Amino acid sequence: MSLKLGVPSKGRLMEKTFKWFEKRGVTLSRSASDREYAGRVDGVDGVDLVLLSAGEIPRELAAGRIHLGVTGTDLVHEKLPRWEQQVEQVEPMGFGQADLILAVPQSWVDVDTVDDLDAVASAFRARHGHRLRIATKYHRLVREFLTDGGVADYQLVDSQGATEGTVKNETAEMVADITSTGETLRANHLKILSDGPVLKSQATLWRSRSVVMTDKEKAALKQMLALLRGEA
Amino acid sequence: MPNRSDIQARAARLRVSFEAAGGLVVDPPLLQPAGTLLDLYGEDIRARAYVTTDALRGEQMLRPDFTVPVVQMHMRDGAEPARYTYSGEVFRRQELDPDRMNEYVQVGYEIFDRDNPASADAEVFAMIALQVRGLNLRAATGDIGILMAAVQGLNTTDRRKAALMRHIWRPRRFRALLDRFSGRVELPESRKKLLSTEGPLTGTSVEIGKRSRAEIDARVEALREDATVAPISENEMLALEALMAVRETVPYALEQLRDIAVDLPAITPALDRLEARAAALAARGVSVENLDFEVSFGRTSMEYYDGFVFGFYAEARPDLPPIASGGRYDALTRQLGQGAEIPAVGGVLRPDLILMLEEAQS
Repeated sequence: MSLKLGVPSKGRLMEKTFKWFEKRGVTLSRSASDREYAGRVDGVDGVDLVLLSAGEIPRELAAGRIHLGVTGTDLVHEKLPRWEQQVEQVEPMGFGQADLILAVPQSWVDVDTVDDLDAVASAFRARHGHRLRIATKYHRLVREFLTDGGVADYQLVDSQGATEGTVKNETAEMVADITSTGETLRANHLKILSDGPVLKSQATLWRSRSVVMTDKEKAALKQMLALLRGEA
Repeated sequence: MPNRSDIQARAARLRVSFEAAGGLVVDPPLLQPAGTLLDLYGEDIRARAYVTTDALRGEQMLRPDFTVPVVQMHMRDGAEPARYTYSGEVFRRQELDPDRMNEYVQVGYEIFDRDNPASADAEVFAMIALQVRGLNLRAATGDIGILMAAVQGLNTTDRRKAALMRHIWRPRRFRALLDRFSGRVELPESRKKLLSTEGPLTGTSVEIGKRSRAEIDARVEALREDATVAPISENEMLALEALMAVRETVPYALEQLRDIAVDLPAITPALDRLEARAAALAARGVSVENLDFEVSFGRTSMEYYDGFVFGFYAEARPDLPPIASGGRYDALTRQLGQGAEIPAVGGVLRPDLILMLEEAQS
């Protein structure tokens, strides 16, 4: 079997990943048809390209169905409990930087820290009869962060997209989301709490710890890593 | 590991002994409406309980314990006084430790009785001690009510007391609040800035979301008021710290606590209750002279308990969770009782762990 490298199947993340590998002497390319999720790897022998949604790459690494994979730190930490035991970080890739942050309406002049948030959550629940809602898709990371900070009386509501709009629509009181420049947050009248971020993320190359490799795969991995680290 | 049928057989035997003591058998459903548990424990419960859904009933949880459904059932249609017993599986989601079990059997005994809380506490403890008497376990006891009474009696504002009470079960956060209220740590810059500004502050920004301008103004006002409040005195802080550190056998603990009560007189009624409980335990043959008592016992793991708490531990097996545990949860009956309330105390045993320890002994 060949060594399997999983990379994001579309968008800027895919383009930047291709460029990053190209710079290190490994050429990734999609097959001629743009609709077909197949591709090839040139520059190293015995490596297959697997195009996947960035969100599925952590799971595939953990299951050992791919040997190497490119995806954000945020997704690995959110989707894999005890991620250190399932995957190993090979190289941070220097793009796709984003922070997972907590943001509240700018009009909340009395809220700047997690400590404030806890006090407000308590008052909010007493006043409105339900827990303060935080819209996010990063349930585990946010919950762990807030547990650690001793915040009670909040509720996570799932939001898989357009999260910043949930406050205005009154389906949530605040959000926990990924941001790189904070522009979308500002445009939606939100501000970031000062004692974050919950997590700093960037596109990263990971290696699966849960796969047993053949000699051929080991050789391909060794050659690939040497190239990527500039040691070849 | 003991097998499942042995565990079930032992569970049945344990339950029979609780039935003989007057326990009415109850069998709450495995699936519990998630809303009740989420309202009680907050989002944290999602890390510990399995959640499932259907289109009709919404989110359901595989029962993570019996106490909540038993209290709900009693508050709905229970006679008074009442004793209940049950045995069955509980489910605990595990994300961090693969060696911890995610499904195990609990056998429990609960008393709902207004007349004599000290005697009910002693009854539950003694009944459970009896079931594990051959296993050479260490019993630890505590009483969350003492710390609660100390907080209520502090010479500070009701708002500060409420904030501390809310975090009794989160020791780190409780500590952080105490440090702030006693002036041991500085205010964060953002708070200083807020306090140095006068007049209404919500004028300029766009108002979005359900939290209204009036609520924000009210909190700013509350923060301004709080800034003028004197810090909790060093004397009270030292007494509170001494209180939280008490860890002794019951008679010595009582002695130390009576000394501390000179500076925290509000704990005296709670100490009287502790003393009455000790007498009730002794009357049931518990060797109170050797029984451990810690004021802070149960603060991290037993969040609905608000009085007597206890656990039985296998000292030779520190890797095991408590073999039995329980406590008093009067406030829980109030929260679930929709206006009604009744003093209640109970405890659970783990037949699987009992069998495991017995196997190791033989």
